[in-house]
Amino acid sequence: MSHTRTILDPTSERTVAERMRLDRPSSLAGLTVGLLDISKPRGDVFLDRLEERLVGVGANVKRYKKPTFTKPAPVDLRHEISVECQVVIEALAD
Amino acid sequence: MPAPTQSPALPDGIVVVLKEECATCHSVSTVLRQLDEATTLTVYTQDDPGFPESPVPVHDADLAISWHHHIETVPTVIRVVDGVEVERTVGWHRNEWERITGIGGLGPDLPLMRPGCGSMSVDPDLVDELNVRFGASVLASRRIDVADAEDEMEMMFTRGWTDGLPVVPPTEVRVMRMLAGTTRRPFDVVATVPPDLVEVTVEKVAVAAVMAGCLPEYLPWVLTAVEAACTHEFNMHGLLATTMPVGPVIVCSGPGTHAIGMNSGGNALGQGNRANSTIGRALQLVVRNVGGGRPGEVDRATHGSPGKIGFCFAENDVDSPYGTLAVEHRIEPGVDAVTLFAGEGTRCVVDQLSREPDSLARSLAASLQAMHHPKLVLGFDAILVMGPEHARVFAEAGWDRERIVAGISEHLNRPGSELVRGAGGMSEGLPVAFADAPSLPKFRPGGLMLAYAGNGTGLFSEIIGGWANGDVGSKPVTRAVTY
Repeated sequence: MSHTRTILDPTSERTVAERMRLDRPSSLAGLTVGLLDISKPRGDVFLDRLEERLVGVGANVKRYKKPTFTKPAPVDLRHEISVECQVVIEALAD
Repeated sequence: MPAPTQSPALPDGIVVVLKEECATCHSVSTVLRQLDEATTLTVYTQDDPGFPESPVPVHDADLAISWHHHIETVPTVIRVVDGVEVERTVGWHRNEWERITGIGGLGPDLPLMRPGCGSMSVDPDLVDELNVRFGASVLASRRIDVADAEDEMEMMFTRGWTDGLPVVPPTEVRVMRMLAGTTRRPFDVVATVPPDLVEVTVEKVAVAAVMAGCLPEYLPWVLTAVEAACTHEFNMHGLLATTMPVGPVIVCSGPGTHAIGMNSGGNALGQGNRANSTIGRALQLVVRNVGGGRPGEVDRATHGSPGKIGFCFAENDVDSPYGTLAVEHRIEPGVDAVTLFAGEGTRCVVDQLSREPDSLARSLAASLQAMHHPKLVLGFDAILVMGPEHARVFAEAGWDRERIVAGISEHLNRPGSELVRGAGGMSEGLPVAFADAPSLPKFRPGGLMLAYAGNGTGLFSEIIGGWANGDVGSKPVTRAVTY
């Protein structure tokens, strides 16, 4: 059995980069909040209501939409959100 | 076989590699003395350091010279100039020896030619060990030493590397042996694997193939399946993330399926055939261990399906009366190919009475209409796998692939009013905007695909239902196998 005692790592062996979370804002007033619709049915209903509530507390709201819920958001969309918003909310599913 | 990192140089002049346990090597001993007097000669002996007595040989005790210089037969004669091999010949052939050495009149008492013997460096009992000793330095994967008191099978379960079934420990010997199944280099990148978007090398795919239980000759199929699965069109990320019970279904086509012993006959979609069972599993182990796609994490399936262990089968391209799925997807006939389809498990269509094509087409359509939900149309593709008994009904009527699909599809049209939400007392259905559509098909063009597999007993067909299709979800991807 000695030949089976050393095996090769089947994983990607990658080192995961850890990033600290940003501090939660004490208030949403004056901040730009991005609402990302992932294109699931009725996600817009949920986000419409959220927008009403956010505007009510003084936030600026920007709306975004993924082309399809089955694929990760395109890199350009992620970049756009990151430079235009301080906060983002994603409607995950119907 | 991968290139070694350091190859011992051969001396300039004429080099002969031989072994004592070879009658041809003994018979050329007089020739060696002729050469030793006439030119710069170096003789390497693989087994007995005292053979030949003259000229005095160099003992290739660890077979490093033989392995690195790809000696497959003894004797081998090589001409070396400035440290570089110019040409070689194997066995004894007077004309070749004289041409390569530039010396005439060699071995006048010998016959014109005599075949050589196998080199010890390719001896089946030694070759794996030698490949690791000299070639394993090409393997980049981290080595993990299993502690003496540790059971490596349990250790691999504990580390989360398995799909719930035992895996074969990926030792250096086994991975090197697996890599012999492809001409690709171990460090070549095959694809970027979701969800972690990690570049996977040929070596890591070989590791997964070992763990899945593959033979080396399956590796090109696994590599091609990994490539096809990791395309934007196939959308492996979405296939993992979805709550539906789908996974990558691999349909293999071409003469290579016979060469590697795949099953396209009885129980082709079931257990019992090593290639069918392990090729799909190897792909899933790549997704799990390299891509990081694991149930409960990015894999959010509500129920999953047994096919997610690995779902792979071969088309019976020899007997199919309507060609292959690969050719339908514009692969040349006779070319080995895989088709990746985002599919669930199988469901059986029983029709033991239809002997007319239209009757059978209606039966198949009725079952296909129910796939996922009778009122949900155009959103999902399907593969219909027919065996000999159903296919014969169409073949005897002269229906080809196109006619069969058209004949079934003819009975898969429903008015929008029957499909919208609330129709038939069922909330599920299409948006009400479709209520006025006079007729809606179940499948988009090309969405109903045919494959041919199974044995000759049973008037059944199998439906493999798909997942969200097209740009929204996944498109079938067919690729020619790269060896």
